Amino acid sequence: MQRVIEIIKEKAGKLLADGTVDRVIGWKDGEFFYDPTPAVFSAGELENLRYDSFCGANVSKYLIAETKKEGKILALLKPCDTYSFNELVKEHRVDRDKVYVLGIECRGKADINKIRDLGIKGIESIEELPGDELLVHTIYGDKTCKLNDVLLEKCLCCKSKTHVASDDLALTGEPMPEAPKDRFAMVAKLEMMTPDERFEFWRGELSRCIRCNACRNVCPACSCLKCVFDNDASGVASKANADTFEENMFHIIRAFHVAGRCTDCGECSRVCPQHIPLHLLNRKFIKDINEFYGEYQAGADTTSRGPLTDYTPDDVEPSIVMKRGGDQ
Amino acid sequence: MSSLHKIGVFVCWCGSNIAATVDVAAVAEAMRAEPNVVYATDYQYMCSEGGQSRIREAIKEYGLTGVVICSCSPRMHEATFRKAAQSAGLNPYMVEIANIREHCSWIHKDRMDATAKAIVLARTALAKLNLNQPLTAGESNVVKRALVIGGGIAGIQSALDIAEAGYEVDIVEKTPTIGGRMAQLDKTFPTLDCAACILTPKMVDAAQNEKITLYTYSEMESVSGFVGNFTAKIRKKARHVNEDLCTGCGLCQEKCPSRKAKNEFNMGLNTRTAIYIPFAQAIPNVPVIDTEQCIHFKTGKCGLCQMNCSAKAIDFEQQDEIIERQYGAIVVATGFRPISLERFDEFGYSQNPDVVTSLEFERIMNAAGPTKGQLVRPSDGKHPHCIVFVQCVGSRDTSGCGKPYCSKICCMYTAKHAMLVREKYPDVEVHVFYIDVRTPGKNFDEFYRRAVEQYDVDYIKGMVGKVSSHGDKLQVQGSDLIADKQIIIDADMVVLAAAIEPDPEVRKIATMLTASIDTNNFLTEAHPKLRPVESPTAGVFLSGVCQGPKDIPETVAQASAAAAKVIGLLAKDKLKRNPCVAHSDEMLCNGCSACEKVCPYGAISYMDKEFRVPGPKRTEIRRIAVVNEAVCQGCGACTVTCPSGAMDLKGFSTKQIMAEVDAICR
Repeated sequence: MQRVIEIIKEKAGKLLADGTVDRVIGWKDGEFFYDPTPAVFSAGELENLRYDSFCGANVSKYLIAETKKEGKILALLKPCDTYSFNELVKEHRVDRDKVYVLGIECRGKADINKIRDLGIKGIESIEELPGDELLVHTIYGDKTCKLNDVLLEKCLCCKSKTHVASDDLALTGEPMPEAPKDRFAMVAKLEMMTPDERFEFWRGELSRCIRCNACRNVCPACSCLKCVFDNDASGVASKANADTFEENMFHIIRAFHVAGRCTDCGECSRVCPQHIPLHLLNRKFIKDINEFYGEYQAGADTTSRGPLTDYTPDDVEPSIVMKRGGDQ
Repeated sequence: MSSLHKIGVFVCWCGSNIAATVDVAAVAEAMRAEPNVVYATDYQYMCSEGGQSRIREAIKEYGLTGVVICSCSPRMHEATFRKAAQSAGLNPYMVEIANIREHCSWIHKDRMDATAKAIVLARTALAKLNLNQPLTAGESNVVKRALVIGGGIAGIQSALDIAEAGYEVDIVEKTPTIGGRMAQLDKTFPTLDCAACILTPKMVDAAQNEKITLYTYSEMESVSGFVGNFTAKIRKKARHVNEDLCTGCGLCQEKCPSRKAKNEFNMGLNTRTAIYIPFAQAIPNVPVIDTEQCIHFKTGKCGLCQMNCSAKAIDFEQQDEIIERQYGAIVVATGFRPISLERFDEFGYSQNPDVVTSLEFERIMNAAGPTKGQLVRPSDGKHPHCIVFVQCVGSRDTSGCGKPYCSKICCMYTAKHAMLVREKYPDVEVHVFYIDVRTPGKNFDEFYRRAVEQYDVDYIKGMVGKVSSHGDKLQVQGSDLIADKQIIIDADMVVLAAAIEPDPEVRKIATMLTASIDTNNFLTEAHPKLRPVESPTAGVFLSGVCQGPKDIPETVAQASAAAAKVIGLLAKDKLKRNPCVAHSDEMLCNGCSACEKVCPYGAISYMDKEFRVPGPKRTEIRRIAVVNEAVCQGCGACTVTCPSGAMDLKGFSTKQIMAEVDAICR
């Protein structure tokens, strides 16, 4: 059976050769074997293209800059990436006509930290074995682990194995791994806390933030030309920063800004060097939106109106906020 | 900029309204110490000529660049103070109001706390004022035509009055005829003249008036624009009868074999044909085909009406038509309906045909009604000998099943029904259960007393707990609170005075017009006492029960009042525009369309614009939002939606609001 990377390279090669596209965006080796980096390839550079269990990065946001350039680009998008892509198309940030979307198979992506947490030390490189197993070469010899046991947080709650935007697909046809777990379980747990407990939880998490802006930079919904936090005139740049926690109201404001547009791609948590579970803020909004306005998945299409920028006479009254939530 | 400000602070006592709770001198004293404040004073009535002249004089004497007035709500006197400032040469938008009455003195008891809060509110207004920019209001034209939504007595009266003043008016009525609820009534209190006799001449007047255009069987599709310049789309639903050709002979109705549809006009007490004229005096006197009932529409066969129509007016192919028109003012007169009695099972309304609502009873008593005016029971057509009326069914109901408010008209029409029954059929025993009898109004209490004293109607203070069938009788169990006992009456009919509620269509209409509605779906007036016929949305006026329960005389009075406001508006050639409008910073705009989606006025559009950028390409095309200032109403929905903060509101900028918050938190 052909591996996905081979199918991708074959299709990409053809599209470059027949002039359908001018460039390809995918992943190349990063500084370490476990951090492949998004990269753009021209014809003749495809040997450097990489796609494996560590290619968790969502390349859709790079298309904002790429579609401003001449010519058409081939984008390698995993199913979850296509949601971000649709949202960017809907917000007129990406020119759909300048992208050829190749939907690529994804069996879940691995988290290096979770491999280490299994007690596997001195890792030198990792190979993929059939049956979603990973062969880990370490300085102490080879070890194996199941991909399912070391999935990224975002993959534990995989929203779909189906691409919602694609011009072509690169699939092996192998059966897909099992269904994901409930993505709102942790949010529900937080909701059950008393306000004081919840405050302590978030103070503990957010106080670790070093404001590296990685979450903002990677977030496909954070696509503003100029972020309000970088705009002195907005008056929010350094509003209340009496202590390290207040400074990180940043994350709460950011969650508000992406509410209704966040596809829950989980990139914010994946890239956070301080391992702050930022996706929980977004998931709280998604859960509330689903409960207030009915199930809504941002990025499922390019035409529907987001529940927060739409109005119907049946919408919940604002008083619902007082009836539930904070005052418990 | 802020350091150049010279600001005057004026603290109003509002008689004792503010001064009794807030130490106004202390507020002035505290404000005198604030940066940029060069003058602060207090005065008994700032809005009076004396107060206004103090403001004018201080502006001139101290060369003030801005003014903070600590007084009542800006909704009350902002315009007054802006005018005063302008007459002294200050830009009217350099006036800020700190509401220390509604937001402070009226809601606090402790003088210390209230004073401290008043100072904070004054500082907040000052913080905003420091960032204010002088604004200039533009002008817009006024379209000299009014739209009236709803063709009941309220809409008809408003339209007639507006037309009388020489302006064009269009009435949009969703049913096939104008006339509304009043057309369904038999007699009207307190004079007992017949509703049709006084209403139908007005309907004819409206139809014949050259200035009035009727769009019956039509619904509002959308409204955009603003005061003086509304654009409305009206869906004229297909009647399937050509109005221009039809002579109203009624032959089609006679020939129609489909006779099973519930007759809406008679509250479903009898049936009508599929092609029908709702009632004899309907205007226009043109039938409409109910396509859900019509055999031709259901099976493709029949067509008897078409074959028999000598005028060739039947048109099965007719389509809905969308009419787009400009209007300067809009009157909402959408009226009411009785509430559904589903939740009031104790009265057995849905189980027993002899339990009827008052509006159904109205039709039974009417000579043109289903029984030709004979008082008979709907179940067996027998003459009733005992009738029980139950008032407040769903009115003044705090249980959640009904409405918390008083429907206002029920006491009077119940007295009317009781009296009419006793007058026509002295053999019928009449009991009325009531919580309170409320009959304020000219000749109203006299009317009710006549029912009790002259017509011997048995009024029982208390509520009915249960109505159940016993043989062919209705057993009514209730309590008599005055005699303090439970009573059981074996009645032949029970009449329920169901609460009234605004027509549910009003929610849709209110959304279109961005007019606000209260928790009971009644439209909100701009001021409950001083602007009762105006909606808070400029150019939208309220007529009749859509604003609150009313009887006919009150409805007609309000309809004329709304018309007077419309005439006042249409008489103007130009209107000052609100300069507090949104504008987008094109350097920050992402072109994401979020603002466009939330704008209720359609004021935002997009354009592609070339921008200089660093790098070899030098320029790039970006999609940016553009605000049409003539259409923007300054609601601010776009500013809070814009993720990048590109959208801002003049006079209420994000920075100003942040400064206000900072001042409160200081």
